[in-house]
Amino acid sequence: MKNNRLTAVLPPVLVGITGLALWEGAVTVFEIKEFLLPKPSSIWARLIEEWGVLRHATWETGKIAISGLLIGILLGVLLALITNRFKVLNDGLTPFAIAINATPIVALAPIFNVWFGLTGTFSNQAVVIAVVFFPVFINTAKGLNEVHPNEIELMHSYASGDWTILREVRIPNALPFFANSLRLAAPLSVIAAIVAEYFGGPQDRIGNVITSSAGFAKYDVAWAAIAMASGLGLLLFGSALVTERLSMPWRISGDIKDN
Amino acid sequence: MRENSGTLEEAVSIRAADKVFNPDSDNEVQALLGIDLDIKEGDFISLIGPSGCGKSTLLRLIADLLTPTAGEVEVFGKTANEARLDQDYGMVFQHSGLFDWRDVSANIELPLELKGWSKVDRRKRSREMLELVRLEEFKDHYPRQLSGGMQQRVSIARALSFEPRLLLMDEPFGALDEMTREHMQVELLRIWRETGTTVVFVTHSIPEAAFLSSKVVVLSPRPGRIHSEITVDLGDRTDETREDPEFFKATTEVREALRAVEAG
Repeated sequence: MKNNRLTAVLPPVLVGITGLALWEGAVTVFEIKEFLLPKPSSIWARLIEEWGVLRHATWETGKIAISGLLIGILLGVLLALITNRFKVLNDGLTPFAIAINATPIVALAPIFNVWFGLTGTFSNQAVVIAVVFFPVFINTAKGLNEVHPNEIELMHSYASGDWTILREVRIPNALPFFANSLRLAAPLSVIAAIVAEYFGGPQDRIGNVITSSAGFAKYDVAWAAIAMASGLGLLLFGSALVTERLSMPWRISGDIKDN
Repeated sequence: MRENSGTLEEAVSIRAADKVFNPDSDNEVQALLGIDLDIKEGDFISLIGPSGCGKSTLLRLIADLLTPTAGEVEVFGKTANEARLDQDYGMVFQHSGLFDWRDVSANIELPLELKGWSKVDRRKRSREMLELVRLEEFKDHYPRQLSGGMQQRVSIARALSFEPRLLLMDEPFGALDEMTREHMQVELLRIWRETGTTVVFVTHSIPEAAFLSSKVVVLSPRPGRIHSEITVDLGDRTDETREDPEFFKATTEVREALRAVEAG
């Protein structure tokens, strides 16, 4: 098991280190201008130098992304449970949800500024909520619905009612679907928060640091901010994976037995 | 386990049952017509017939998963609905219907949990059932880690965990390879003998019906009716029975009935 984990982690780590080394080497050898592509070492230096500003910006953006993510998940799961109880609602809403989910919701950010105010944080948070809500709702609703008919018949043979079926069959059946939507939604929440910051809200966030640094030709600072944003996205994606592992121990399947 | 009492009490009694799907619409289907069937306690009955003959529908009428359009279905002298609410039967499907998120023990204990049994009693019973289906060492495995044949054995253990007097099986071995299937048939007969449970078994396999049953009920399609009932007596069956002339005779009889059905 330990060995397996090591062999799983080693290749991406090696590729990552090699990639950074090649990047550093290429910028030096081909004398690429710093404003086009700074060296990883200078990005790192800037990250240390501007740590105070970057840490604050990441923290503030992170709060919006995470709170928006949690609210979006909550709303998505709630609506999925409600539509599962009422078939008409499910049949009526799902096509629209799928259609809306296919549109670039972040494009609504400027509109949300008009609706919810340009300077407060809520319009940014609303973009995150909207981006998270749809995939969570669509996938969870699908998981609650797509139960094998035999499993429902089995529960009826135990004289079980709808609530018992929801608790014992539908909700556990929906968990893997929900987990898939989390993998999508967690990194999306960071993207949505940053794009929303490009258009408005308080001016001390990662999105603002990226735009203003680029505006003042401080490209290495912009890259350092992008690195922080990537870290935030990876952190949330990692949390989604850990949640998935912990909530579904049966998914870590062992070997298949022959009869 | 309950003793095989040998009394000839009626387990299932069906009188003039009809089943129509989507009545009064363009896609109205007469699935079953005028079904009369008696199943004695301790019997092993197979329902066989070409696809569309309504054999699975008939099984679901007994299970009260479907309601007849006309006629009566009685299970142990009660209405099918009362029998379902009393959980007088256990059910096994082709799709094992085991829950991925419960390990083998927890799957077997599900019906007991729903009945409010204590954890200690549940554990004790699931151990006994695992012994019955010979899967003791797999109690902590998840269904995905088991082969198809093992999954069906767990499914049978679950269906029998609360000691129902009737076991309803809907093509339970239909998805298994031939060798596993024959092995499971012998296992099922052993369990049937040990528990004395009445079995109603839906299949489309002629040798399977002939090998397992004390009576094979042959259905004809569109609308589903009972064409004939063939009594089989092969005594104690083992794998050797499959090469027995008596077994050959039984399969021939079932096959000829099915040919007559197909010829209309």
